[in-house]
Amino acid sequence: MVQQAALLSPERIVSEFQKNGVTHVITIPDSETNYLYELMKEQPWLDVISSCREGETMAIAMGLSIAGKTPVCLIQNTGMMESGDSIRGMALGSGLPLVMVVGYRGWTRHGITPDSAAVYTEPFLNAFGIHYYLVEHDADGDRISLAFQEAKATNKPVVVLIGDEYHGFNR
Amino acid sequence: MFNAADMFKAFGKHRDKAIVIATGTSGRHWREASTDMKRDVALGGSMGQTTAACLGLALGLPNEKVCLFDSEGSLLMNLGILPTVSGKQPKNFYHFLMDNECYATTGGQPVANAQNLDWAGMAKSAGYAATYHFDNLEDFASNVGDIMKKAGPVFVSMKIVPEIENEPIGRRQRQPAGRSRGEMIRDLREIAGVKVS
Ligand SMILES: Cc1ncc(C[n+]2csc(CCOP(=O)(O)OP(=O)(O)O)c2C)c(N)n1
Ligand SMILES: [Mg+2]
Repeated sequence: MVQQAALLSPERIVSEFQKNGVTHVITIPDSETNYLYELMKEQPWLDVISSCREGETMAIAMGLSIAGKTPVCLIQNTGMMESGDSIRGMALGSGLPLVMVVGYRGWTRHGITPDSAAVYTEPFLNAFGIHYYLVEHDADGDRISLAFQEAKATNKPVVVLIGDEYHGFNR
Repeated sequence: MFNAADMFKAFGKHRDKAIVIATGTSGRHWREASTDMKRDVALGGSMGQTTAACLGLALGLPNEKVCLFDSEGSLLMNLGILPTVSGKQPKNFYHFLMDNECYATTGGQPVANAQNLDWAGMAKSAGYAATYHFDNLEDFASNVGDIMKKAGPVFVSMKIVPEIENEPIGRRQRQPAGRSRGEMIRDLREIAGVKVS
């Protein structure tokens, strides 16, 4: 039970999306997000858009934002790094708010990781000047709302890093 | 092959109230043909991603026709967008491709396998609802009216004469500054009745 309480549940993420008026999630999954995907598909208020490459997600989000919708990009850190030019031109360049929820593959609490995807994640975000929040378990869920507030206040992309060492959002 | 300027004139007669996004070297001719600037929007910013931005716009504004005039080098950069589009089947999305077989902006280097790509075939097998291919103005001009009445996603491949740029970028003649992205977004939201809290 103690272990259970330390988890970040997909329900918590979906409820944060609903609370913040999310209309669309544009996503390429990481290997353990299947339950989150299924849960999102069950929500009548949410449209899930399957993308083929992460750089698409920021561009689709820009189009949706112009149309007055509230999109979220849900991707892995690997795909975020692959999307550098789209983050530059379509997310930062749009002057519109955007929350990107990014699976922190390779993240560990003790800081030592064999996965270079984790090693470069925060330096990458810092290079772009993109602010981020780390969410590890349900108790951190409020930070997702903070990210939405910040994106709206600054008209910029803000990242939520999902660093769930146990549950597997990070694999 | 036919000229972009002529192609846009022919399209303009059937545009009605569609939102138009024109990209690449050929796209600049739309400025001369358009009579409804507030429904024109630039969604560039990252090569290969304008198609995705137009998909987002079409999904967000299902009651507006969204017409993208794409370029083949950019589309090749993110070919996966074809099934991303067809996976959502946006009925209001009209995807025109101005295929000049080269990277005209950067000096006219041929794109990979430039002359042998079956674009309409690729879009069709990716799942677009209707696909077309034109290599002359007459056929295009006599069909575009009907095409604009089809349910999307529609793909229209066109062989367009390249207009190759060879001046170093800093020495090129600049287009007169248009509206900023913020102004375009504001205009488009006003027209489409989009309210943002
Ligand atoms: C990611 C990226 N790679 C390369 C470039 C350089 N570049 C600018 S325009 C262009 C060619 C575009 O070709 P196409 O989309 O066919 O349009 P055309 O110039 O033929 O009208 C290239 C390679 C860039 N802007 N961004
Ligand atoms: Mg070209």
